[in-house]
Amino acid sequence: MKHQSEYRDPELAGLQLQALRRTLAGCTRPMTFMEVCGTHTMAIYQHGIRSLLPDQVRLISGPGCPVCVTPVGYVDHAVALARRPGTIIATFGDMVRVPGSSSSLLYEQARGALIRIVYSALDAVTLAENNPASAVVFLGVGFETTAPTVAGAVLAASGKHLDNFYVLCSHKTMPATMAALAGDPELQVDGYLCPAHVSAVIGADAYQPLVAAHRVPCVVTGFEPLDVLQGVLMLTRQRVAGQARVEIQYRRVVKPQGNPKAKALLGQVFEPCDASWRGIGNIPGSGLRLRPEYARFDAARQLPVAIEPPLEHRGCLCGEILKGKAHPRDCRLFRTTCTPEDPVGACMVSSEGTCAAEYQYGG
Amino acid sequence: MKSDLVLLGHGSGGKLSHELLDKLIVPILSGIEQREQNDAAVLAAVSGRLAFTTDSYVVDPIFFPGGNIGSLAIHGTVNDLAMAGACPLAISVGLIIEEGLAVSELTTILMSMRAAADSARVRIVTGDTKVVPRGKADKLFVNTSGIGVIAEGVEISGSNAQPGDKILISGTIGDHGMAVLASREGLDLASNIVTDSAPLNDLVQQLVDGLGCRLHALRDPTRGGVATTLKEIARQSRVEIILQEPTLPIDSAVASACAILGLDPLFVANEGKLLAFVAAEAAEQALSILLNHEFGRRAAIIGEVSAAAPGKVRLRTAVGGLRAVEMLAGEQLPRIC
Repeated sequence: MKHQSEYRDPELAGLQLQALRRTLAGCTRPMTFMEVCGTHTMAIYQHGIRSLLPDQVRLISGPGCPVCVTPVGYVDHAVALARRPGTIIATFGDMVRVPGSSSSLLYEQARGALIRIVYSALDAVTLAENNPASAVVFLGVGFETTAPTVAGAVLAASGKHLDNFYVLCSHKTMPATMAALAGDPELQVDGYLCPAHVSAVIGADAYQPLVAAHRVPCVVTGFEPLDVLQGVLMLTRQRVAGQARVEIQYRRVVKPQGNPKAKALLGQVFEPCDASWRGIGNIPGSGLRLRPEYARFDAARQLPVAIEPPLEHRGCLCGEILKGKAHPRDCRLFRTTCTPEDPVGACMVSSEGTCAAEYQYGG
Repeated sequence: MKSDLVLLGHGSGGKLSHELLDKLIVPILSGIEQREQNDAAVLAAVSGRLAFTTDSYVVDPIFFPGGNIGSLAIHGTVNDLAMAGACPLAISVGLIIEEGLAVSELTTILMSMRAAADSARVRIVTGDTKVVPRGKADKLFVNTSGIGVIAEGVEISGSNAQPGDKILISGTIGDHGMAVLASREGLDLASNIVTDSAPLNDLVQQLVDGLGCRLHALRDPTRGGVATTLKEIARQSRVEIILQEPTLPIDSAVASACAILGLDPLFVANEGKLLAFVAAEAAEQALSILLNHEFGRRAAIIGEVSAAAPGKVRLRTAVGGLRAVEMLAGEQLPRIC
C-alpha cells in the first residue's frame, strides 16, 4: 500500500538504528522519551519498536488516549443520560465499554438503552434528523483532532435548526497537559514525541511555550515505524547536544502554524476551560466547552439528570500509568482482575490504551 | 406466492406455510417432489468416520458485496467440515424469518444457497422454517448443520501442528470482515471490498490428496481472524508460532480501510480462507496446489512452528521488530482519534 510500505522499510530502519547508536556512543545516561499520543503507543507496540531500540532509550506512554483520560464522572453522566427516556446516545465505539462507577454504556444497552456507535460526529446529526422525537446526545470525547469535526457537527445541526441534537462535551487539549507533566519533578521526561494529528491541527508552534518554559525537546512525529525511529533519533540528537527545540519529523502533514480552517472552527464553537483528567486531576485551560451562543446544544445544560457520585476502583494504577510513572505490569490488577474482556480501568478498554497495548502485544 | 412480503401466517403451519415451502423454499433448495417429503431425510449409511457441525448466521446486513447470508451459511458449514478433512455429504437449513421480509429478497438468498451448495457438490436434504413477529428477529437468521465423511488415513487436527511445520494461508486476509463492515456502516472508502466467502472443500481435497500425512492441521480463520485462529492452534498443539509480517497477503483496499479505521487485518474475519500447517518439505508443493486453485490464487507461506515457547504466537514486523500476538477480547472497535 502506498505510504505504508515505504515507511516500514527494514533497511532504512536499520540505518536509523545505526545512526541512533552512533549518536549515543559515549553517552551513558539513559534517555526517557514520552510518546504522548495513544496512536503512537499502539504503533510502537504493533511494530515491536521497543525490541529494536538500544536499552539506553526508554519509551514511556503518556496521557494521549482520549478515552483513557476521560474521568469516571463523565462516564457516569453518559450512563445517566442513556437511562433518560427518549434519549439516544451516539458515540465512537471505544467509549461503550469504559466502566463507570457502577455501570457502562454497554451494560445500559443490554438493559434497553439506545446506544448507537457512529464513525463521525456528522452521523450523529443525521441520527437526530431521522429521530425527531428523541434527544440525540453525541459524546464529545477527544483531542484537537476530533474536536473540529464535532464543531462542524454543531454548526451543521445549527444550520438545520435541529432542536434534538446535543453534545456531552469533554474535549481536551494537549500542550497544557504536556507542560503539567514536564513540570512534574517525579517524572524525568527527556523529550516528547508530540502527537501527529493533533499537531496537524494546532501546528508545531503550539509547543514553543512548553519548550521555552521547561527546556524539553519536542519532535512532532508520524505514526509509521520509520517516523517513530526518526523521531527518537531527533530527540536523542537534541538531548545529546544539550538542545531543546521544536522540530517536525512528520513534515508531510504538519506545518508550524497548523491548519487555520480547523483552528477557526474550534474557536468559533468552543472556548477553553479547565478540565479534569482521569488520574492526573484538574489542569487549568486544558479543556474545551461550547461557547455560550451554542449552549442550546450542550447536553450538560439542557438535559438535567441525576449522576451518581464517582467511584474509582481501588488499586487501579491508570492514573500513574497515564502520567508515565508506572508500567502496566506494575499494576496488580493487570491480567488478573483487569483484562480486555472485563476491564477495570480505561487504559485497558481503549484500543489505544497502554494496558490494552501491553496486554495485546507485550506478551 | 401471492404476497410480496413474508407474513406471520407463512409460519403458522397451515395453508400459507405450505405455499411458502412448496412454491419457494423446497423447489429452490432441494427440488424434492412433494410426495417424497417426510419428517426426516433418509441417507444411505457410509463406512468410516463422520464429521458433524452446526453454525448459525445472523450477519447484518443480509446482503453485502460479493454475497449474502445464504451463500455464507452454506460456505461456512461446508468449510467447517472441510477443515476436519471431511468431504461434505448433506446439509440442513433452518430459517428464522422476520415478518415483513420481501419475498424477492428471500428468493435471491435461497437461490444463492442452492448455487453455493451445487458448487460445493453437497445436497441440502432437510430444513425448517419459522416466521416471527416484526422486531423479534432481524430480517433473517439462518442455521446450517452438515455431515461429512472423513476418508481412511486422514488425520487433520488443530492439535497436530508440529515444530518445523510451515504455515500457509490460501489468500488475502480480512476481506470478509471489511466488506461487511463497509456495507453495514456505509463506508464509501471501502466500497470496493468484496467478501471472500467461498467453499474450500475442493481445495482441501487437493491438499489431502497431494500431501497425505504431511498435512498436519487446517483451520479457517473466520471470526477473530488469522491471529485468533493461530493462537488457538498454538495452544492446542502446544507449539510456538512465528509469523513474518511482510509475507501476509493483504488486499490494498483492505489495508487502507484498516489503516484509516485503526483495525488490524490480522483480527478481521475471513470466510473463504484456510490456514494449513504442513511438514517443511511439503511446503512448496502445498503452495503450488493452493496457487493453482481458483480459491488460492494469492496464497503464501506466512510463518513457521517452533517448540520454543508453547502456546505463544509472535510476529516479526516489517521493520524487524518482534511482538506478541494475542486473541482479541471483544470486537475490534474503531479508534477515536
